[in-house]
Amino acid sequence: MLDALARFGRHGMVALERFGRAHLLFLQIVAGITSLLPRPGLLVTQTYSVGVRTLVIVTVSGLFVGMVLGLQGYYVLSQFAAEDSLGVMVAASLVRELGPVVTALLFAGRAGSALTAEIGLMKATEQLSGLEMMAVDPVRRILTPRFFAGLISMPVLAALFSAIGALGGYFVGVGLLGVDDGAFWSQMQAKIDWNEDVINGVIKSLVFGLVCTWIALFQGYDSVPTSEGVSRATTRTVVHSALAVLVLDFVLTAMMFGE
Amino acid sequence: MMKIRQVEIAVGAFMAAGLIALFFLAMQVSNLSAFTTGEGYEVSARFDNIGGLKVRSPVAMAGVRLGRVVGIRYDQSSYEALVTMRIESQYDQIPDDTFAKIYTSGLLGEQYIGLDPGGSEEMLADGGEITMTQSALVLEEIVGQFLFSKAEEKGLE
Repeated sequence: MLDALARFGRHGMVALERFGRAHLLFLQIVAGITSLLPRPGLLVTQTYSVGVRTLVIVTVSGLFVGMVLGLQGYYVLSQFAAEDSLGVMVAASLVRELGPVVTALLFAGRAGSALTAEIGLMKATEQLSGLEMMAVDPVRRILTPRFFAGLISMPVLAALFSAIGALGGYFVGVGLLGVDDGAFWSQMQAKIDWNEDVINGVIKSLVFGLVCTWIALFQGYDSVPTSEGVSRATTRTVVHSALAVLVLDFVLTAMMFGE
Repeated sequence: MMKIRQVEIAVGAFMAAGLIALFFLAMQVSNLSAFTTGEGYEVSARFDNIGGLKVRSPVAMAGVRLGRVVGIRYDQSSYEALVTMRIESQYDQIPDDTFAKIYTSGLLGEQYIGLDPGGSEEMLADGGEITMTQSALVLEEIVGQFLFSKAEEKGLE
């Protein structure tokens, strides 16, 4: 009985310790911005591998999510003879929820796992120790550029996802199902608010980008330096990022839209 | 390994695509293109009951949107709702005896303020007040009145 309690307590301690390490690492990463500013080239290279290479999966998913929203929305709305509101429904769901959330999940799967594996392998092959031997701080040199690259890329990717999704919904709704062209856009413009909807979506995507990149970098940096350890860290990155995104999405939505 | 220049070009295109997407969301998807705060003048009106009117609801004359509701307050002294509207400055020819009514667009649509022009020579200016108003129709009241008159007819027979 007491043994079980002790085990429970030990797990709790380990989890809390890990949480604390993650926050310390976060502070170190952000403090590293001073050494990043004189060398923007590092940021550009990392934005390429984190952002540009995630572009294809995000745009293709955005297109199809928008098209599915168009089909499903039409099915429901046509029962109330309110097909003209299809644009509102597609754009509101994309800009408020699906854009940031689905992009963050894809981002965690595509870019986050790659970051963890890369840094985990650097640690396993002792490249990080090598850097330290040369008096180069691996956090500043390796982690900081990747962190800010992720932070920049996520809002860009989410905005692209929403924009292309709206076009996908337009294609299905107006092109295939015969919703009125003018009503689709004008209803959308009348109901979607720049501050209330679009800016809040951008804030969401920024928060998700921060959390996903942070989790990915911490898991890689904190991984057990063996091949099994790296593989477990990569799995944890995807699982933790997905959970964090969904929970944070609820919290942010409640704060932004719940009056 | 790609040349650093190609990487830079790809990243530049990526950021530009993001900005274009935001611009698209601003102009085509959201109402930023129809944003006219700061321009125009404010007038107020008192209603006994505003129904489902909200801040940002349209203010229309002859079906054309002239402005938006910018504020709704409850006046404790007169037990009325004080609605402030901002009319775009290009529409400055609204007579001061204009009638303001709260309408519903469609059966289930949102509520808006419809203005019926009066015949006065004086025009509404910033800070002006529309004195003639008609409250929103509340469905329960209409149904109640209908039932009441039915019952009355029965009673007379």
